[in-house]
Amino acid sequence: MLSKTPKGTSIVLKSRFSAVEAVCKRILTALEAENYSKDDVFAVHLGLEEAFLNAVKHGNKCKPDKKVIVNYSISPKRVEISVTDEGKGFNPHNVPDPREGDNIFKIGGRGLFLIRAFMDKVKFNNTGNSIAMVKYNSNDLQGHCGSKAKKNHE
Amino acid sequence: MVPIKPAVSVQYSGKATVVTFTNEKILEEKDIRTLQDSIMPVIEQSEQINLVLDFQNVKFLSSAVLGLLLRISKKVYERDGQLRLCNINRKIFEIFRITRLNKIFDIFDDLESAMAGF
Repeated sequence: MLSKTPKGTSIVLKSRFSAVEAVCKRILTALEAENYSKDDVFAVHLGLEEAFLNAVKHGNKCKPDKKVIVNYSISPKRVEISVTDEGKGFNPHNVPDPREGDNIFKIGGRGLFLIRAFMDKVKFNNTGNSIAMVKYNSNDLQGHCGSKAKKNHE
Repeated sequence: MVPIKPAVSVQYSGKATVVTFTNEKILEEKDIRTLQDSIMPVIEQSEQINLVLDFQNVKFLSSAVLGLLLRISKKVYERDGQLRLCNINRKIFEIFRITRLNKIFDIFDDLESAMAGF
């Protein structure tokens, strides 16, 4: 199950692109300490950066007075992160596939697609202004077959 | 004063112009704008440029970089040039593969093979 808001640490950040750097570093360092694989760490890095960039740019429309809230919880088995902006939200089902037709030549529109590809679970709240993502520790021996197997079973 | 590190280095080698990204991470709009402002004049300065973008230093990039690459590609092909990418690490190549942009760009393992045949 993907909880609505991951219990753990909650941080309110300024709505500017560079604001996520410190919390991102903290999360990635914690994942390395928990023996997550380099691929897992890369995936979480990508997911967090893309979600945060979307929150600042599309959610908060680059307005400097807005905030972005990042919640995260890390266990040896999984990391869960949510990113919430102050925007009106959007319908994630209406985002076109960036690989289809002429979309492949479009400048933008790949962020959410990459988040879905690299993270194991992705869910939005009803408003569409908060994204929750989960990545499983593929080095977790109790998971046997790693994150992709879990992704298929849950 | 802290010296400002250029976002790219440019080398002219035979018929090829090699632009090497110098930063390990390319993420936000500011980075993208800096790169665009550095690379576009290089393209505009030469007719039918044979441009190689070398990713040897890049360990992480955001999807915004893909947009920049498409803009660069458009500019190069409008001027009857050629664009090749090289030295893309495995994880970043996965981003190209997942978005199918590996079918759009000519991607080579290393600089030597990218420069061959120009």
